[in-house]
Amino acid sequence: MFKQSLMLFLLLTVSALAAQVEKGSIHIKNGTVLTVTNGILENADVVIENGIISRIGKGLKTPSGAKVVDATGQFVMPGIIDAHSHIALDAVNESTHPITAEVQTGDVLDPLDVGIYRALAGGVTATHAMHGSANAIGGQCETIKLRYGTYNPSDLKMEGAPRTIKFALGENPMRVHGEGGGLMSRTRMGIEHTFRRAFSEAQQYLAAQEAYTKEKASDPTAVAPMYDRRLEALGDILKGDIIIHCHSYRADEILMLMNVCKDFGIKKLVFQHVNEGFKVAPELAEFGAGASVFADWWAYKFEVYYSTAYNAAILTRNGVVTSINSDSGDYIRHLFHQAGKTQRYGKLTDNEALRLITLNPAIQLGIDSRVGSLEKGKDGDVAIFSAHPLSVYAIPQMTIVDGIVRFDIKEDSNDQRLDPDPEKVDMMMLDYDEDHRCMEGTGEALLHNH
Amino acid sequence: MRLIKNPILLVLVVLLTTVASLSAQVVGKASKGAFLLKNATIETVTKGSVKGDLLIKDGKIANIGPNLSAAGAKEIDCTGKFIYPGFIDGGTNLGLVEVSSVSLTQDSREAGDVKPFLEALTAVNPSSVAIPVTRVSGVTTVITMPEGGLIPGKAALINLVGYSPNEMYAGFKAMRMNFPSSAARGRRDNRSEEDRKKEEEKKFKEITELWDETKLFAKIKSASAKDASIVQDYNPTLEAMIPVVEGKMPLFIEVNRSSDILSALKWVKKMGVKAVLTGVSEGWRVADSIAAAKIPVITGPVIDMPARQSDRYDRPYANAGLMSKAGVTVAIRSNDTENVRDLPFHAGFAAAYGMGREEALRAITIVPAQIMGLGDRLGSLEAGKDANLFICDGDPMETKTQIQQVFISGWEIPMNSRHSLLYDEFLERSPGVKN
Repeated sequence: MFKQSLMLFLLLTVSALAAQVEKGSIHIKNGTVLTVTNGILENADVVIENGIISRIGKGLKTPSGAKVVDATGQFVMPGIIDAHSHIALDAVNESTHPITAEVQTGDVLDPLDVGIYRALAGGVTATHAMHGSANAIGGQCETIKLRYGTYNPSDLKMEGAPRTIKFALGENPMRVHGEGGGLMSRTRMGIEHTFRRAFSEAQQYLAAQEAYTKEKASDPTAVAPMYDRRLEALGDILKGDIIIHCHSYRADEILMLMNVCKDFGIKKLVFQHVNEGFKVAPELAEFGAGASVFADWWAYKFEVYYSTAYNAAILTRNGVVTSINSDSGDYIRHLFHQAGKTQRYGKLTDNEALRLITLNPAIQLGIDSRVGSLEKGKDGDVAIFSAHPLSVYAIPQMTIVDGIVRFDIKEDSNDQRLDPDPEKVDMMMLDYDEDHRCMEGTGEALLHNH
Repeated sequence: MRLIKNPILLVLVVLLTTVASLSAQVVGKASKGAFLLKNATIETVTKGSVKGDLLIKDGKIANIGPNLSAAGAKEIDCTGKFIYPGFIDGGTNLGLVEVSSVSLTQDSREAGDVKPFLEALTAVNPSSVAIPVTRVSGVTTVITMPEGGLIPGKAALINLVGYSPNEMYAGFKAMRMNFPSSAARGRRDNRSEEDRKKEEEKKFKEITELWDETKLFAKIKSASAKDASIVQDYNPTLEAMIPVVEGKMPLFIEVNRSSDILSALKWVKKMGVKAVLTGVSEGWRVADSIAAAKIPVITGPVIDMPARQSDRYDRPYANAGLMSKAGVTVAIRSNDTENVRDLPFHAGFAAAYGMGREEALRAITIVPAQIMGLGDRLGSLEAGKDANLFICDGDPMETKTQIQQVFISGWEIPMNSRHSLLYDEFLERSPGVKN
C-alpha cells in the first residue's frame, strides 16, 4: 500500500513538473547592459529570479541558488526576437487551397530541430514560427521560445502570446494556385477578391451564430449553424483576436490589404518582407501597421527588383514600427549583424537598430509587455555578446531563456543535435540550405524563394 | 515664396523639376582625371598603415607620401578618413544574373555538361542594376562565373566601371570545373548512394577522356600548323581545353566536401594543372593537406550554414581562419550576385572567428590579386598600381562605416545606386498622405 502511494506520489510530482516550463535564476554581473528602453548601463548587473528579471543595477546581491555569470567586458542585451521564421517546424505550407486559416503551425512544432540551437547561438530567444506564403490566407502561426533541450513540442510555445495568422500577396500565391492549380488567384486582382470573399463569408458566419444565440434563448429547438474551423478562424480575425502577418512586397498590394482591412474593421496588421514598404511608409504609419523587413535582400525575384536596403531606415523615420526578420535558418543566426546594416544604409542610431530585433518585433507579435527589453518584471530572456552586438566582430557568448542557459560558447559541445541516429552517418549536402524557407513544401522551394 | 507669373517660365520650371526627378533613376557619369587625396590614413595592406596623401593620375596610383602636390589635380580632403584598396570578390555571378527567379534574365547557366568554350565576359551586362549597388560598398573588382555542369565555362575578372564588357575586363580568366562528387545535392536528392557513386565515376571517366582527347587534339593542331596536309576538325570544346590541360590557364575547381577535396588534391597533382580550389566549405577538416599541396583557395560565402547537422554552429565563419592558420593561401568570396556588397562583412565574420582582421583584409585584397597573378597591379595601395580604391570614415568591415568615395581604374565613381536613389526620393515622400 505504501509502495503504491509512493509511486502515485512520484507520478503526480513528475507529471506536475513536466507540465511546468523550466525556469531558472541567474545573476549576470558587471556587464554593459543595453536595456533598449532605458539606455545603456555600464558595469551593471541583471538578476533573473525564477525566469523573471527581478533587478537591474550596480553591485546587486546574488539571490540564493542563482547561477552567477561574470559579464565583465561583455555586452548584455534583451534576447533577440525574430518576427518571421520557419525553424522548429515539421511542415511550413498547407498549399492545397488558397485559404487554409484552419491549420496551425503550433501542431507541427519540432523541438529537435538543431536550427533552434543555431538560432540561440546568434542570441535569439523567441521566434514567430510561421506558416509559408503559398496561400493568400495561410495557416495560423505560433510564437515560440527557444527552449532547446526539451523533447516536448508544447514546451516551445510562448504561453499567453496572442494568436497570429499568415497572409500572402503577390507572386507566391499567384504562382502556386493561379499558375500551378488554375485557381483564383492568378493575379493581384484575384488576391484582393479572395480576401473580400473570405471576410464576407466570415461575417455571415458570425451573424448566423449571433442569430442562433438569440434564437436559442426563446426556442430550445433552434438549430446551430454548421461548425466550420476555417470560418471560426476568419471570424476571430474580424473580432480582433488574431494579428495578421502578411507576406508582401509591392506598394500597390500593401495598400490593397490596408483598404480591405479598413473595410472590414480589422486593425491588427503587420506586413512581412514588405520590400516596397518605403514607398507607402506614410500610409503604413497612418494605418498603424507594422513592417518586418529584410536588411538587404532584393532582386531574387521580380517583385523585389525595385528595392532598397534603406527600407528599414525610411520606415523608421516615417514612424512605422519596424523589425528586421530572417525568414531563414541561416540569417536568424546573425540578426544582430543584419540590424547593423541599417547603420550603413540610413544611419540609424545604435538603439534604433537594436529595437529592430528586440522591442519592435515584440510589439508586432503582441508580446512587448513580456519581452523585447531589459526591464524589471519582464521575462529573463537575455543575450550576452563579446563586443557591442552591432559590431561585425561581436561574438555571442551566452543566450538565456526564462533564466535558463540555452547556449554557452564555453560549455557546449560541437554536435548539439538532440537525437542523432547512431546508424546514420551525417553526410554533407552540397546544397544544404533548402529548408526553413517560406515556400518549403510547395514542390518549388527554390533558393531565395521567400 | 514669390509666385511665378510668367506661364512659359512656369512650364519651364515644372519641366526642369520633372527632368531632375526622372534622371534620379540613373546613377550618373563617372569622371576621370587627376585626384589628390589629402591627409588620409592610408591602409596600404602590403606596406602597413601610413598617414599622408595619395595621388591618382592616368588611372594609376601615381604617388603616396606626405605633403604631395599636383597641379591641376582635384583635391579631396581626407582628414580623419581612411583609404583602402578596392575589395576584390573571388567569386560572384555579378552582371550575369539580374533577377535570379526570372530565368530569361539569367545568363550564368548554359545547357550542357562540358562547355569550356563559354565566356562569362560575353554575357556581362554593364547596365546591371546590381553593379552600382555593389561598387559603392568599396567592392571594385569581381570574378564573375558561369555555373552548372562539369565544365561551366570561363570565369572573368571585371572592374565595376565601364559601358562594355571589354571596358570592364580586368585581365584575368580561368576555366571553371565542378569537381565530381558522390554527395547528395540536398534533402530532395532521391538518388541512392550507389547511383550517386556511379554518376561520380562516370564524371571522372569523362574528365579522363576529355584530358586525353585534348592532348591528342593539341598534338594534331601543332602538326597541322607545320604540315598543311593534316586537316584538323573543328572542336571548340577541345580547343578551349588546351591551355587548361597544358597548365597555362588556371582551373578553378569547385569542391566542398572534405573527401572530395582530398581527391581533388590528388587529381591536380596527377594532371599537372594550374589549380585554384573554390568553395572549400569543409577545408577546415583537411587544411593541412591543402597547405601541403600548396594550392590556393577561394572560399565563401563565410556567412553561411554549417555543411552538416552535426557541425559546430560557427564552422563556416571559422573555416577561412582555420585554413589560413594551417598555412593555406586563402581568399574570400561572397558567391553572390545582388549582395556582393556584403563581401567586407563576410571578411569581418572570418576576422572575428579566428582569421584576424589583417589576414581577412588581405583575403579580399592582395591575396585574390596574387592568386590571379595580378599582385603587381591590384590588391594594395602602392605607387604604380591601378587606382582601385575608396575613401571611408572607419573600418569598412563594420556596418556602421560609410563608404564615401570610390575610384575604379582612376574613375571617380558616382556614389549612387538604385538603393540610395530610392532613399533620397522616399525618405520624405512628396506628396505624402495629407498633401
